[in-house]
Amino acid sequence: MSAVAPAAPGAQPNPFVSDTHLRRRRLRSRAMEVLALIATLIAVAVLGLVIVSVAVKGASAISFNLLFHSERPFGEAGGGIANAIVGTVILVALASAMAVPVGILVGLYTSQFAGSRGASIVRFALDILNGVPTIVTGIFIFALIVYGKAQSGWAGSIALAIIMLPIVARSAHEVLALVPTDLREASLALGVARWRTALRIIVPTAGSGLITGALLAVARVAGETAPLLLTSSIFATTVGTSPTTALASIPVRIFQLTETPSPQEHAQAWAAALLLIVFVLLLNVLARTLFGRSNKRSKATR
Amino acid sequence: MSDERHTERTQTVTQIITPPRPEPQVSSEPSTDPQSATTTPPALAPELAPQNAAARQVRVEGLRAFYGDREQLKGIDLEFEPNQVTAIIGPSGCGKSTLVRCINRMHEEIPGARAEGRVLLDGYDVYDPDVDVVAVRRAIGMVFQRPNPFPTMSIFDNVASGLRLTGRRRDLDRKVEQALRGAGLWDEVSDRLSAPGIGLSGGQQQRLCIARSLAVDPEVILMDEPCSALDPIATLKVEELIAELKQRVTIVIVTHNMQQAARVADRTVFMLDGELVEVGPTNEIFTNPRDTRTEEYVTGKFG
Repeated sequence: MSAVAPAAPGAQPNPFVSDTHLRRRRLRSRAMEVLALIATLIAVAVLGLVIVSVAVKGASAISFNLLFHSERPFGEAGGGIANAIVGTVILVALASAMAVPVGILVGLYTSQFAGSRGASIVRFALDILNGVPTIVTGIFIFALIVYGKAQSGWAGSIALAIIMLPIVARSAHEVLALVPTDLREASLALGVARWRTALRIIVPTAGSGLITGALLAVARVAGETAPLLLTSSIFATTVGTSPTTALASIPVRIFQLTETPSPQEHAQAWAAALLLIVFVLLLNVLARTLFGRSNKRSKATR
Repeated sequence: MSDERHTERTQTVTQIITPPRPEPQVSSEPSTDPQSATTTPPALAPELAPQNAAARQVRVEGLRAFYGDREQLKGIDLEFEPNQVTAIIGPSGCGKSTLVRCINRMHEEIPGARAEGRVLLDGYDVYDPDVDVVAVRRAIGMVFQRPNPFPTMSIFDNVASGLRLTGRRRDLDRKVEQALRGAGLWDEVSDRLSAPGIGLSGGQQQRLCIARSLAVDPEVILMDEPCSALDPIATLKVEELIAELKQRVTIVIVTHNMQQAARVADRTVFMLDGELVEVGPTNEIFTNPRDTRTEEYVTGKFG
């Protein structure tokens, strides 16, 4: 064997074989991976459990009566939650009509017009507003609008709008800031005014992203209970549509149904909860689909 | 600007840049096949008589531009002659783009950016405090480095966007067709004007962007490395287009590609570190530069 020939395998220990130290590091790495996986499974399982238990307990009580009949006067059996369904639709629609345009304008301001300092101050304020407990928002509106007068759908929807506003504005900022500067400059260079560029070029380009943000905000407030308890909870048992009176809502109705001793009403509460959760899930799925589409579009411009 | 003047000029341009083709009577329906429409020879229509092109002279005086505290342009004095193509060359970061962006006041759209000095368009200072930037930009169009058609709009809407969004909605079909013909794109897209603009190839997108800026009838067109994202064939088409467009407008083109400057430009400006080093007829800059720095750059010794 000449001196320059490579050493035969096995002549020397392979330097890449793991020693105790390396083996311990590999075990630790493996343990972390498993822990992360378990945590993820727990999180998903919680969602699954909530949905499954609500579905199991609620499905049996879902009926034509529940969906299309209003509550019966106190003490009478039967009835449904039609008034709460209609009320929720009206409350959320009014809140969206107030919060979505304002929120998108705020997003336009922070993403297009404000300087970076001004924008970060506004965004910080929005984050704080987003963190305000919703019962506090409810008390605020109660003191401002309801106290000394009466509860109303208006009061309830204004409270919901305040909760929606920071969600819409933040998500609007994110998607509007994603619109390539090129497009803004192309429009400005054509001699289009800044506000017109914002409304006619930037907003449509971010369109489905903006809708996504609005839908997620709707999904969020559709289940809000605390502010409505203070502002729109003393409602008629019949289907009401006028926001000048207190309007029923699904979350508040669920709360009231669980407060009674009647098993039928408990079953109705589960059914209403199932309805609410399906509605929120559908909104989330819709929002995701739309956002996928808007992502594709902003990539196409790259 | 009166509508009549628009009409005359755009007609003239179409005539100039597409001489061999019989001029079709433009119909109000944009998707109509031009061959099937009645054709009118340009000479028959009195308003089609050749006119003075509307190109303007741009004069830059003592222009300094800043990004925050950094001085990017250190006092530029320069003239861009009407109906000529002027190329600006120089190494990256020398201030070429900043210079053209100062001409239509796009520079100030960048946060923290400002400019000092004067930019005169036929003698009128675009930096005059009373001047509306929007009016300046209508007269000075711009084509960007990367093709940037509006992604939500069709081919037609992209070209029409400048007119629509500045409140000139009359006669859109005709103006859009003329702009597309002016950009040499009409024959390729006339049968799919309602298709999305981003569905076109890169070169077509860039010509769409040129059509978009032509549609608002500018007097000067600034091009900031318009071919840097295009393949050689698309580049050639844009260069041919530039040669045609200069009969109508004053063109300033920033380019990294010295062959391109040599091919398209009547005059060439060489810049270095925010200063103007040399300006002159293109062939002189490339064959007989006065400044050694210019010579070193154009012969590839640095940059």
